[in-house]
Amino acid sequence: MSDTTHEEHHDGPHASGMWRWLTTTNHKDIGTLYLVFSLIMFLIGGTMALIIRTELFQPGLQLVDPHFFNQMTTMHALVMIFGALMPAFVGLANWQIPLMVGAPDMALPRMNNWSFWILPPAFLLLLSTLFMPGGAPAGGWTLYPPLILQTGDAFPFVVFSLHMLGASSILGAINIIVTITNMRAPGMSFMKMPLFVWTWLITAYLLIGAMPVLAGAITMLLTDRYFDTSFFLAAGGGDPVMFQHIFWFFGHPEVYILILPAFGIISQVIPTFARKPLFGYTSMVIATSAIAFLSYVVWAHHMFTVGMPQAGLLFFMISTMFIAVPTGVKIFNWLATLWRGSISFETPMLFAIAFVVLFTIGGFSGLMLALVPADIEYHDTYFVVAHFHYVLVPGAIFGVIAGVYYWLPKWTGHMYNETLGKWHFWLSTIFVNVLFFPQHFLGLASMPRRIPDYAVQFTEFNMISTIGAFGFGLSQLLFVWMLIKCVKGGEKATEKVWDEPQGLEWTVPSPAPYHTFETAPKV
Amino acid sequence: MNCSKAQGRWLFLGIAAVALAMAGPAAADWALDFPASATELGNKVRGLHHMALIICVVMGIIVFGALGYSLVKFRKSQGAQAAKFSHSTKAEIIWTVIPVLILVGLAIPTARVLIEMEDTQAADLRIKVTGYQWKWRYEYLDHGISFFSNIDDASNAASIRGAGLELHEHYLRDVDKPMVVPVGKKVKLQLTSNDVIHAWWVPEFYVKRDAVPGTINETWFKAEKPGSYRGQCAELCGRGHGFMPIVVEVLAQDEFDAWVAGLTAPAEPEPEPEAEAEAAISQASTAAAGGASAR
Repeated sequence: MSDTTHEEHHDGPHASGMWRWLTTTNHKDIGTLYLVFSLIMFLIGGTMALIIRTELFQPGLQLVDPHFFNQMTTMHALVMIFGALMPAFVGLANWQIPLMVGAPDMALPRMNNWSFWILPPAFLLLLSTLFMPGGAPAGGWTLYPPLILQTGDAFPFVVFSLHMLGASSILGAINIIVTITNMRAPGMSFMKMPLFVWTWLITAYLLIGAMPVLAGAITMLLTDRYFDTSFFLAAGGGDPVMFQHIFWFFGHPEVYILILPAFGIISQVIPTFARKPLFGYTSMVIATSAIAFLSYVVWAHHMFTVGMPQAGLLFFMISTMFIAVPTGVKIFNWLATLWRGSISFETPMLFAIAFVVLFTIGGFSGLMLALVPADIEYHDTYFVVAHFHYVLVPGAIFGVIAGVYYWLPKWTGHMYNETLGKWHFWLSTIFVNVLFFPQHFLGLASMPRRIPDYAVQFTEFNMISTIGAFGFGLSQLLFVWMLIKCVKGGEKATEKVWDEPQGLEWTVPSPAPYHTFETAPKV
Repeated sequence: MNCSKAQGRWLFLGIAAVALAMAGPAAADWALDFPASATELGNKVRGLHHMALIICVVMGIIVFGALGYSLVKFRKSQGAQAAKFSHSTKAEIIWTVIPVLILVGLAIPTARVLIEMEDTQAADLRIKVTGYQWKWRYEYLDHGISFFSNIDDASNAASIRGAGLELHEHYLRDVDKPMVVPVGKKVKLQLTSNDVIHAWWVPEFYVKRDAVPGTINETWFKAEKPGSYRGQCAELCGRGHGFMPIVVEVLAQDEFDAWVAGLTAPAEPEPEPEAEAEAAISQASTAAAGGASAR
């Protein structure tokens, strides 16, 4: 009863129309903005991927010029990483962290608004480089000099847009750390926080550690190009390989920035649908922290062919192999959570189970890639492409999708269409494997990555992969349709939505009112 | 009933036969694994790859088996009741320690191969490899031979967008002048680049090393059998990255010696572009001088 009276006198948005969204400081509004933005970027990045796969359907150049092909591979990665995945996780954090720790909002609401609204202009700038003389950056998302310095007029705009994206991420990360540290409900100690909150806390620290390093590296690129410095130019006494070290010192933590929040989501979803508490909560927290720590000392495993001292090769090989231990602990804990549970298969659970299986496959190929002598043969082939797409697509993206299905009824107040959800799941899971599994074979048979045209022996698996790409891409339109339907209407969701979900977010009504937890709940 | 079953089987066989017939001529190979190695070291690397793959497959069977069993056995729809346990120190120690042991077991043989791979001493032949956008230059440091290696004309013509030409067997993996080395000799490569970073890679040698401007990287291979071995640039180097093939011809020692003699006999190594231009200029000036004297 108290809930309904509470609901009646809650304040809605203070403005309407576009002005509401521009000026909002409400964590739910900003979470929605992030998620919608992420979905748009996902579709744009996906279109670029389909251009790549269409060109690779058969040998010979049919569709695009090699230079444009290189722009597509570069932009696809930048858009997906910085535009689709990172904003999706920040959006989920914005919606869920205050609800899960019992806070009325994020700690720094105005900064929250600012960190979102940096993103659209940054991406307008980045995407506009496609139309500049010389085209968009075409040196790969890793921006290796000297090649990236051959970019046309777009170069300073790319650097500036990446600076903006980095600033946005750092602001978001600070906000999340401050919220989690200071605004937990009375009684919610650190070791009582939901796993999603824990993984985001650790991710936020990774962001603060890694993003400034990227900013430094790209600033040095900028001065090399325009101010006659030679940080990375051999002719002036610099070293192009130094860029790779600095880049991957950012880049490897970045990889975990893209997966740790997904670990958190899976750790929320599996217990709910196994109707059993998460197995090994403490070891989950320790394992996540261990992965985060190790992520800072493995960077050079991306560079085994650049020429490194033997001791360096051995160190980076062994530190990389040991990441398999905490990652294994997480997988085993999820299995033990399912063991002797009472399992049902709603859409979020289906995506979570696919995550466990397919992420593990990506983990296996990751372990193989750690072995230096073998990596020298795998390096820069489609085996690597298959590996990181397994951890990023059925890994990170399936994590996001599982989270969206899981919390969508809480956000909209409606149940999504379960039939559509199941179709979306099965089509996505089948096609994602048709798309990426053959790429392992292409890599082993020695097809390099980032080539617009290939030798004839690679034809068959490329054709299969392209068919999978279109199947997977089109399946995502079902997801968009399901989302629109669910926002517009559908069966009313209850407060708890699922059978016996754990956590504070399930104690507020569905849809969650505009302001929640104005008085802190007791845990 | 029997009849329809038999029909079904024939239909299946028919489809399979048609599929095979269609795939047959087009499919050069549905290669699923690393190529056969042309070097002894490559065989060891291939062995490591197989060992790691087997470990992963076994772990996969255990993990996915346990997962599949849980999903079938503990279904709510089958009336499964959820247990309440949420940790077991013993189990957690077991699945931390066992992976550590497996990893140590994997790391030791890998480190051995790595040490062998990095040993570039006692080479029989040294070749300096320089990457250019988009071709390779090979300099035989002990023989005074030097030449550029470009993509072959047929591939080059067929790779133009919309050319629609037939793609030959070694499309994008053929060159005008291959690197030539003797069989059974340790060849040391010294790699660098003239512009951006490239990577020299011949899959069957299990050798891949970046060519970085301002740096000399070293690697080596020892081919066991004569033949042609094909690879390509493995580091994104711009518009022509996909069109930078590598071919290594491995010859018997006497054939290699004859190849060297053929290039060095006129006492003039292959003229370099500048030298050629100079020669042309001096020729032109002699002609002019001749003309003047005739007048």
